[in-house]
Order: sequence, then C-alpha cells, then structure tokens
Amino acid sequence: MFDLLGIPPQVLMGQLLLGLINGSFYAVLSLGLAVIFGLLNIINFSHGAQYMLGAFVAWMLLEYLGINYWWALILVPVIVGATGIILEKLALRRLYHLDHLYGLLLTFGVALIIQGLFRNYYGISGLPYSIPDQLSGGQNLGFMFLPNYRGWVVVASVIVCFGTWFVIEKTRLGAYLRAATENPTLVGAFGINVPLMIMLTYGFGVALAGFAGVLAAPIYSVNPNMGADLIIVVFAVVVIGGMGSIMGAIVTGFGLGVIEGLTKVFYPAGSAVVIFVIMAIVLMIKPEGLFGRNN
Amino acid sequence: MKKTVIGALTLASFGLPAMAQDNIEVTLGVLNDRSGVYADLSGEGSVVAARMAVADFDAESKGLDVEVISADHQNKPDIASNIARQWYDQDGVDAILDVPTSSTALAVADITAQANKILIDSGAGSTALTGEQCQPTTIHWTYDTAALAKGTGGAVTERGDKKWFFLTADYAFGHSLEEETMKIVEESGGEVVGSVRHPFPATDFSSFLLQAQASGADVIGLANAGGDTVNAIKQAAEFGVTQSGQSLAALLMFITDVHALGAETAQGLVLTEAFYWDHDDQTREWSARFEEEFGSKPTMVHAGVYSGTMHYLAGVEATGSTDGDVVAEWMKANEFDDPLFGKGYVREDGRVIHDMHLYEVKTPDESTGEWDLYNLVSTIPGEEAFLPMEGSGCAFVNES
Repeated sequence: MFDLLGIPPQVLMGQLLLGLINGSFYAVLSLGLAVIFGLLNIINFSHGAQYMLGAFVAWMLLEYLGINYWWALILVPVIVGATGIILEKLALRRLYHLDHLYGLLLTFGVALIIQGLFRNYYGISGLPYSIPDQLSGGQNLGFMFLPNYRGWVVVASVIVCFGTWFVIEKTRLGAYLRAATENPTLVGAFGINVPLMIMLTYGFGVALAGFAGVLAAPIYSVNPNMGADLIIVVFAVVVIGGMGSIMGAIVTGFGLGVIEGLTKVFYPAGSAVVIFVIMAIVLMIKPEGLFGRNN
Repeated sequence: MKKTVIGALTLASFGLPAMAQDNIEVTLGVLNDRSGVYADLSGEGSVVAARMAVADFDAESKGLDVEVISADHQNKPDIASNIARQWYDQDGVDAILDVPTSSTALAVADITAQANKILIDSGAGSTALTGEQCQPTTIHWTYDTAALAKGTGGAVTERGDKKWFFLTADYAFGHSLEEETMKIVEESGGEVVGSVRHPFPATDFSSFLLQAQASGADVIGLANAGGDTVNAIKQAAEFGVTQSGQSLAALLMFITDVHALGAETAQGLVLTEAFYWDHDDQTREWSARFEEEFGSKPTMVHAGVYSGTMHYLAGVEATGSTDGDVVAEWMKANEFDDPLFGKGYVREDGRVIHDMHLYEVKTPDESTGEWDLYNLVSTIPGEEAFLPMEGSGCAFVNES
C-alpha cells in the first residue's frame, strides 16, 4: 500500500473526513456572515457571540425546561434570531448610512457585553451537554471510527447551506432581497417593505449562528469564549471566499476545513495559521476573494 | 512590692494605647485570572479563600490589620508586572497571592524579590519557580508540573499502560509538563511512542485523537489545561478512544474541569490533585463554608491560597514584620499543620512539601452529587511527590 509523505492512506482518508466535519461549522458560520454582509453591508462581529448564545440557549432549554436536542435545533435559531432582530431594530438600523467601521465597532461591543455577562453568570469552565441518544455511538468505516453525531453535523450543514443558497439565488424572495440591497429606494417604490426585509435578513443570519451553536454544543465545550475562539477564523474564511458571496462562503468553508485538517497531519504546529496564510495569498492575488464580484 | 505594681500599672496604661497604634498593617494582593480560562479555578474564589484565612486566623485580635485587594492579570506577564510594581510601590501591598500561569508567576517573582516582599504562588505549575528562577521570597504552595507527572505518569505506567502518546499544548507549560512526564514514564519502565503538539487554545482535537489512535499507544497523555483538556476528553469519548482499549491520562486537571465534563464523560480518568474537598472532615467543613460564600466547591488552587495566607499571617505575627526576607525565613523555619493540606513545610528553595493525592473520577452511578467526583486511589508523600532540591538549579540554595 502506498504512503503519501509517510502518512498511510487510511489516516489521510480519516483526516479528510474530519476536515469536512470542521468545515461544516466554518460553512454555516461564514454563510451567516456572508448573508449579513452581502445584503446589509454590516460586518457582524457579534457572530461568534451569537453562536455561543445558540449553544447556551440549547443548554438552558435542556437544563431548565427539559427540552431536548431536536426541539432545540428548531427553537434555538428562532430565539437567537429574535435577539438579532431586536439588536437590528434598536441599534444597527441607525448605522446603515455610515461607514462599515461603525457597524463593526457596535457589533464587536455587543459581543464583548454578551460574553462578559455569560462569563459572569456561568463561569469559564463550560457546561456539559450530551449527544442525543439517537446519534450516540458511531460507525467503523475501516479507516476510522466515525461518530454518528459528526456525520449528522455534515448532513445538517449541507442541507442548511444549500437551502439558504437556493432561497437567495433562485427564488423570487431572494431576488427581492438582492434588489433591495442594490437599490433600496427603487425596490421600496415597488411597494416592498425594505426595512422589514432587511431586519428579517439580519435575524436569519443570526439564526444561522444560533443553529451552528446547537450543532456544536454536544461536541465542543459550551463556554462563553467558544465563539471568540472561532470568529476570527470564520472571518478569514469569508474574506477568502469573497465578502458577501453566498456560494463562496459555503465552498471555502468546507474547503478550508479540509485544508486545515490536512495541515494537522503534515505539520500540526502550522494548523493554527494555515487559514491566515491562505488568506494573505488570496488577498495578494485576487483581493476580491475567490468567489467575490469585482465591483 | 507596691511600687512595682504601680509601676507595672503605669507602664501598662502607657503601653496599651501604644500597642493599639502598633497594629501591623498588612495588605494582601490576590493577583490572578478573573476573566479568562483560569477564572474558575482561581479568580474570585481565591479572593474569598484569602478573606476566609484572614477571618479564621483572627488577625484583628492578634494585632494585624489585614486588607485583601485583588486584580486581573489576564494571564499576561506584562500586565501582571505592572500591577505588581504598582501594588508594591504605591499601594503598600506586602504579599502577592495566587498568580496562575507560569509566565506571569515568574515575572511577579522577580519583582517581588526586588521589592523584598513575598509571593505565595498557588495557581502556577512551573518547577522553574523554585528551580532555575528561584527567589528567596518565592513560596510555591500547591502543585507543580513535576508532582503532576510523578503522580499521574507514574501511577498509570505502573498500572500496566506502558506505551504513551502525548497530546501537548504548544507553549512553555505544555512542553514542560510533557518533558517531566516523559521522564517519569521512562523511569517507570514505560515507552513514549509519539506526540503531537496542538495550537493553544484549540477547539477541535479529532484530528490529533485520530493520530493518537493510529499510534498503537496504551494511553494518551494530555499535557494541556483548562478548556483544551475538557474538549480533548469530550471528543475522545465521542471517537470511541476508550472503547478501543486506549485510556486517557489528564496531566493537569482541576475539579472545575471535571465538573464541566460531568461524571458521565470523565469517569475513570486518573488525575493528581493536592486537595479535594471531600478528603476528610476538616476539608469538608472548610469547603462547605467556602461554598456558602462563593457558590461552588473550592479547587486546590483556592485551598492553597487559604493555607498559604494562614502560614504567612502566622509569620507576620511571630516576627512582627512584613519584610519579605524576614517572613520568608520564618515560614521556612516553621512547619505548618493545617486543615486542608495536613502537615507540611516550606523547603529552603521555596517549594512547599505536602502530600499529593491520586484520584480516579467516579462513575455516574457512584457519584451522589454534582461535586461528588473523585475516589482516592493513593496518596503520594510530599517527599516523593516533588523534585528533590539537589540539582534543581536554584542558585541561592546551592551556594550555601
């Protein structure tokens, strides 16, 4: 059997699959960011905190109300999305006509406040959240042991990602949305409630972060910093894919997960920076990102 | 006779108010992580522990006016140094307590020696504090990487898990813990079959766990801390590491980490601690009081802050001084016997010698409450648990 640079093919296959699983999180999170940036021109720095909020709300539903994982998967995005809508209505709305920087600062501040509050009440060590019974255990694939839950993460993210892409790029609603961001005045003149649409879009982007949070709760430590650790990488993914490009965010999310996974085998110490190295290279060669439109 | 009595009374009447004015003012500064990864195992809990020590010591009636202040060093040596300097130069702090994260502890140890104050470290793990970078005014109370390696590394290897694979956090602490444990493993007849260094902090360990599984090791040693350890163990359970016959050894783990994992996931883990709340009646009594004030059970770091403060205050009372050298000398010359760590003493290099304990995490069936988490496996006498003073590289010890 051939070895690739001293790595047996079984190990390589396993790592590719793991990369795809991590890529699922990158994809769902960067998709939310891309939707928000593409349609609202807001750099949503509180995305990481909203992802953390998703995991925490899932934990709270289980702990205080006994609501299980499956219901959480539906309820949490709604709840977290609703907090996003409130944020949009109270604060973000006032910043659309200003420079991107103001939105970035506001959302960054909101992220710090949310994280601080959770740290204050729940501490930093994290809270336990178990894998649902239906998805515990795993499959022996020959080259690796694939936990059922990880398989589910990939399936769920692929469905959500392509569902979102389809709605925005292929339906009438998506066409309205895209038109409203190009020229809100004109679309408003056709009798479409543009502010409402934008508010709901932000809510949807935030709901995606909440959804990723529920997916993450059973496998990563549910703690107030979980989003802060991830958000920078996800921003790099969005920049590589092209700010605001829906398909770009999805494809680069999965792709970079795989590349990062491979780095962990060939050069583990570099796995923390590989995405940023790629980002630097992409920015030099194609500053608008791999899938970005040059405008 | 009459004259002497009158004389004595007169003296006393002059003496009493003078003594009241002579109360020694002592300011203790708890310097630790109050918002980051170590906030739960040190943080506000250490401040509570220090205040409890002041109250239990009954400092006021012994002529000590003690004030406890605190600050967040954010695990950054530069911030820690600035606070320490300000405390010593402007705020009249006499002793700094806790200081988790080895790099910050080493920085504060230097400043403390220059200022001739005292550092009683509970939260940091590096053996360098009482080794190459030792200071006469550093007292290292609770644990160090050598004791953890000795406890967990030795016990697991002797149990029959000979082949080790290390999952190591890629920074100074991880490297040192890995190195210490490798030494112990090899001394106990074990073998190191591989290691991988993961970025710090890391969220996903699946890739590294897969490498560990492929290595054919009996046991995976986790040379990391806090959230990294929690995530690694959680994911090891998910990837069936233990079902496939490999076991895990967490080289540094606090009860707050085990609590975060829950008994279901953490069961069977072997770990070394200096203190466990449910050890005996005295620790239970103290921990119950601590829980009442703080809301959760104490970690060994909290306990170390309490004991260290008690011994320090005894030193200040006995010597009537807050001079760093004087009190440090007293603390080293006098053994202590306290409710949390038992009998122990401060060695000349500043290493506190007390027993360490090897615990195994209970199964969910055995555990009767959310904090009922450990079974005692064995107790390692202090003399064996810590590195010997000879060859530690501590300059002022070797000279004399």
